[in-house]
Amino acid sequence: MSVFRFSRKPIDGAALRRELADPASGGYASFEGWVRNHNEGREVQRLEYEAFEELAVKEGERIVLAAVGKFGVPHALCVHRVGSLEIGEMAVWVGVSSGHRGEAFQACRYIIDEVKHRLPIWKKEHYVTGDSGWVNCEHCA
Amino acid sequence: MTLTLRVQYFALLREQAGRNEERVTTTAATPAELYAELKARYPFKLTRDQLKVAVNAEFRDWATPLADGDSVVFIPPVAGG
Repeated sequence: MSVFRFSRKPIDGAALRRELADPASGGYASFEGWVRNHNEGREVQRLEYEAFEELAVKEGERIVLAAVGKFGVPHALCVHRVGSLEIGEMAVWVGVSSGHRGEAFQACRYIIDEVKHRLPIWKKEHYVTGDSGWVNCEHCA
Repeated sequence: MTLTLRVQYFALLREQAGRNEERVTTTAATPAELYAELKARYPFKLTRDQLKVAVNAEFRDWATPLADGDSVVFIPPVAGG
């Protein structure tokens, strides 16, 4: 299984965590991104995530493998949700296990930052007022 | 030279083009020329400096020479995570 995946169903963090289990690992760090009920002063009702999956999976694998090489962590994994999500649902999950905690925290932070910055994934917010907008694209239309 | 390309649309560009993908027959030799052509056809407001481009599912330069059968995607500002 790829170290970067998309999921159309709710992400099961507990099941993913088991994939990182290793008797040689003394530390595990994870990050969960959740759907928030507000953004930029607007009340958000739900979100839609869309991805150019063919490129995002390749590029996502490169990010996770770069973290493995850069921080020397033996196990890292990232799953991103696509489709329609309600408030409180998990949008992204990152997990790292390693010998010690320091590099696990660093690798986890690196992966989520790079995923947000460069993967072709888009988020459309639906507001309680009934309108909607593509995030980071306020000046696009 | 005339090329036939596959163009896929995502997010705002998908909505503005009113389609997920199409075959485009064009004389555009680069993604820059192709985007200029599509911008004249659809109500695209995004400028080149707001976009990235992928050819055959890899990020590429706007001046990359296009070949017959290539798959092209223009990538609006991203918001994963």
